[in-house]
Amino acid sequence: MEFISNHILTLILFLPVLAAVVVLCLPKDNLKAIRWTALGASLIPFVLTIILWAQFKPGQPGYQFEQQYAWYSAIHSTFHLGVDGLSLTMVLLTTLLTPLALLASFSITDRVKAYMSLFLLLETGMLGVFMAVDLLIFFVFWEVGLVPMYFLMNQWGSEKGEREIWKGVKVQARNYASLKFIIYTMGGSLGLLLAIQLLGVTFQTYDLPTLARQWTTLEGTLLGLPVATVKAVAFWAFVIAFAIKVPVWPFHTWLPDAHTEAPTAGSMLLAGVMLKLGAYGFLRLVLPLYPAESSKYAGALAFLAVMAIVFGAFASYGQKDFKRLVAYSSVNHMGFVLLGIATAAKAPGTLDATIALNGAVLQMFNHGLSAAGMFFLVGVLYERTHTRNLDDFGGLFPLVPIYGGILIFTSMASLGLPGLNGFVSEFLVVRGSWPVLTIYTAIAMLGLLFTGAYILKGLRSILHGPLNEHWAKGKHKLTEINTREIIVMAPLMVLILIIGIWPAWILEVINKAVMILF
Amino acid sequence: MQFPFLGVIVFTPLVAALVILMYKPEWKKAIRWTALAAGLFALALSIWVYFTYDKAAAGYQFIEKYNWMPMLGISLHFGVDGMSVPLVLLTGVVMVTGVMISWGIEDRPREFFAFLFILASGVFGVFASLDLFMLFFFYEIAVFPMYLLIAIWGWIKTREYAAMKLTLYLFIGSMVSLVGALVMYWTSGQHTFDMLVLETVKFTPAFQKIWFLPVFLGFAVLGGIFPFHNWSPDGHVAAPTAVSMFHAGVLMKLGAFAALRVGIMLLPEGAKFWAPLIMGLALINIVYGAFIASVQTDFKYVIGFSSVSHMGLVMMGFATLKPEGLLGAGVQMFSHGVMTALFFAVVGMVYDRAHTRDIPKLGGMIKPLPLAGIGLIIGSLVSMGMPGFSGFVAEFPIFMGIWKTQWIVAVIAAVSIVVTASYVLLVVRRVFFGKMPEEFEGHITPIRTHDKIALVLLMALMIGIGWFPSLMVPWVQTGVQHILALLGGA
Repeated sequence: MEFISNHILTLILFLPVLAAVVVLCLPKDNLKAIRWTALGASLIPFVLTIILWAQFKPGQPGYQFEQQYAWYSAIHSTFHLGVDGLSLTMVLLTTLLTPLALLASFSITDRVKAYMSLFLLLETGMLGVFMAVDLLIFFVFWEVGLVPMYFLMNQWGSEKGEREIWKGVKVQARNYASLKFIIYTMGGSLGLLLAIQLLGVTFQTYDLPTLARQWTTLEGTLLGLPVATVKAVAFWAFVIAFAIKVPVWPFHTWLPDAHTEAPTAGSMLLAGVMLKLGAYGFLRLVLPLYPAESSKYAGALAFLAVMAIVFGAFASYGQKDFKRLVAYSSVNHMGFVLLGIATAAKAPGTLDATIALNGAVLQMFNHGLSAAGMFFLVGVLYERTHTRNLDDFGGLFPLVPIYGGILIFTSMASLGLPGLNGFVSEFLVVRGSWPVLTIYTAIAMLGLLFTGAYILKGLRSILHGPLNEHWAKGKHKLTEINTREIIVMAPLMVLILIIGIWPAWILEVINKAVMILF
Repeated sequence: MQFPFLGVIVFTPLVAALVILMYKPEWKKAIRWTALAAGLFALALSIWVYFTYDKAAAGYQFIEKYNWMPMLGISLHFGVDGMSVPLVLLTGVVMVTGVMISWGIEDRPREFFAFLFILASGVFGVFASLDLFMLFFFYEIAVFPMYLLIAIWGWIKTREYAAMKLTLYLFIGSMVSLVGALVMYWTSGQHTFDMLVLETVKFTPAFQKIWFLPVFLGFAVLGGIFPFHNWSPDGHVAAPTAVSMFHAGVLMKLGAFAALRVGIMLLPEGAKFWAPLIMGLALINIVYGAFIASVQTDFKYVIGFSSVSHMGLVMMGFATLKPEGLLGAGVQMFSHGVMTALFFAVVGMVYDRAHTRDIPKLGGMIKPLPLAGIGLIIGSLVSMGMPGFSGFVAEFPIFMGIWKTQWIVAVIAAVSIVVTASYVLLVVRRVFFGKMPEEFEGHITPIRTHDKIALVLLMALMIGIGWFPSLMVPWVQTGVQHILALLGGA
């Protein structure tokens, strides 16, 4: 018991890797064993996270449950883990969504061992980013998480679809999407890598709290240039890397393809957690390391956020592909996160900033739930119909009332219906940013209007209107959502509702963390 | 007296070669197993030397000195420090995996393994040499068998051209360095080739500025420095698989290492003077190598040029003359050596079965060759510097060293990371995934046990060092301290 509480973060972080190794040793034909082992193993980090949550003391400054091991001492990097209220929320999201994603993947039959192992490795990659207190470790896990997702996308992604790259050369859509995803993200991280190297060289440490103190108080010249210039460049290097991930307009173009072509569970984690890595990077690194630059360029960040909100919503509205619609909705929803962050950048320490940040972090958690839910529901439909084209559906509600109900519920969460989680976070962001970034917030409302439009359009195309006879009978008869699928959605729906009507349990943790950090 | 570990390691392959040459050509099994036994023995000893090296004491250890020509100051003088002990280990690893990968050679395996082992002795000898003359002696022993190995067992289309080009380039390079070394011998006034003594000799700054460049570049030719890298891609491609593994895996490190030992460590003032030029050339290696690799259609040429790019990182690390840069270069020599041995092993496996290396013609290899595919994926991740693998552990400090020297170079060099990532991922996808062309259906036999062992060993090393840098970094650091002392003191 001692051992567990002393090493709880390491256990949560590395048990998925151990599980992946175990899964790889199972016989490849025993699909049941593989699936249940993977699922069971993924529940252990979740249970540990609940224990962690229960023992966490909100309001205590600094990191808790810290663990530090010598790692790369030659360059002054240690393997340093820790959580505060911000990262704990994200760890909870990750360890919650991974088992659900694995359960959602029980219908995969192709190379199940490799698939499950990659998911487990992905979980470690994502958790590592959230738990890292050492900048180099942060970067290690940031990049590491890309690899399993790359392979999940191009090996188990949608088989149909082609993209033309140039001069009539066509590649499979999933190959295009996965390569674009990894190269775009890695390319964006190059600036981050270079800036991290510079920080390490300048301060001989990668410890985040130390760096935040020393970097912000550095004066004079660096590399023969004024410190302010170097910091401004480094700021944008950090911002671009994270902006690509969030994603922030105009660096979002990898997302629609990636989310659409990824396998269902891949999209669940991609939208559910991986996008949050970018937002987390803003909160954990950009704001603390570059308070002056963040404040100076807050308007630019707010502008980009609002573009994401508005264009994301418009683009969503214009989609015919259900999955692509949900993909663009992620751009739209993550825009609110960045708007909240921009508010905190512009007016640090104020009540408005605190409210906006509460909203931003809660939106990160909420969007994780609703996006994962939406992508799963898209997958449920796709598995039965093998199409995602909205025009192919119509009036399906009487055929699949339970699915329909769940879809409407989750869509309402995505739409921000009061009483469900989305409303709370979006309201907090808007309330916080209105006094600070009024014009931007006003324009964002336009996006919010279209959010309603695209959600309702999607629902109408699928569930309402005249029944599309194609799915009514015969071999294309649409089957209702099954028990396993309902179990995947249930925790998400419960949390969506609870946070909608009683957000205090999570806002308490977030609020205390935000007040301490910013 | 202490057991002569290094002497035994250096001469085991040579002795094994002589033994193998005495076998009848038909005794293929005996030939292979003797080769493997010798390789395992050398590897075991090098592992022992590696783990019993006293990092706290640092400096040169396992020293053996046997006078050979005392009038000329030449002795058979062995010793390893923190920089060379990983390379001795690397050679042992490449030797064993090279033998395993060459298990299926049917055409004159006796001569093949004999020449390969003469080469191996030469390589061990250079890494372990503390006598300048013997360093050259072993260097030539390492280069000459390359000619035979490539010309006889290589790819029929280009083997004679490639073998001749490689040998001429490398001999001329070493001649240039030899001239420099002889001048150092005469000028030192000590009448000795003992490198430990020569390290203490303070050559005049003017002397060093003149002679550093020929000495460094002469050896760096073998390291693949631009613009003298041209022998390498053709040499890689024409060589049979195990020879390519040795070539890129160890031989190129020989060049870089000798450039370090003889150039930088014996002529530190010259090194400081010429460092910017070396950095510039290395930068061209890194970026140009990556771009050229990305347009190749022959699988082996991709890896050949990728080696040019990665060796650029090694020489860049040296040229920074900073602790981090030197550290990274030391780790990169090992990491890249293992990675490239893996790459060539996989290429060889594909080529032996598909009889083509033309990427557009390949595809779908993951199904019949899953472990080879995973090996290639791991190798690719190492090659793009993905954290979690040894490539990142090596490249990161190199970049830190560059930042300390000339920041713009770091920014330009970083471009190569993305270029490498894109071409390497595309090659993996095109060769191993997608649809297998019909002509290969049923012809791609699975890899054998010895192939699997080789692949797993190589992957384990790269992942191990990636997550536990402390498995190699402390050793290299002691070597780096010594180099810095020479640079600082001079």
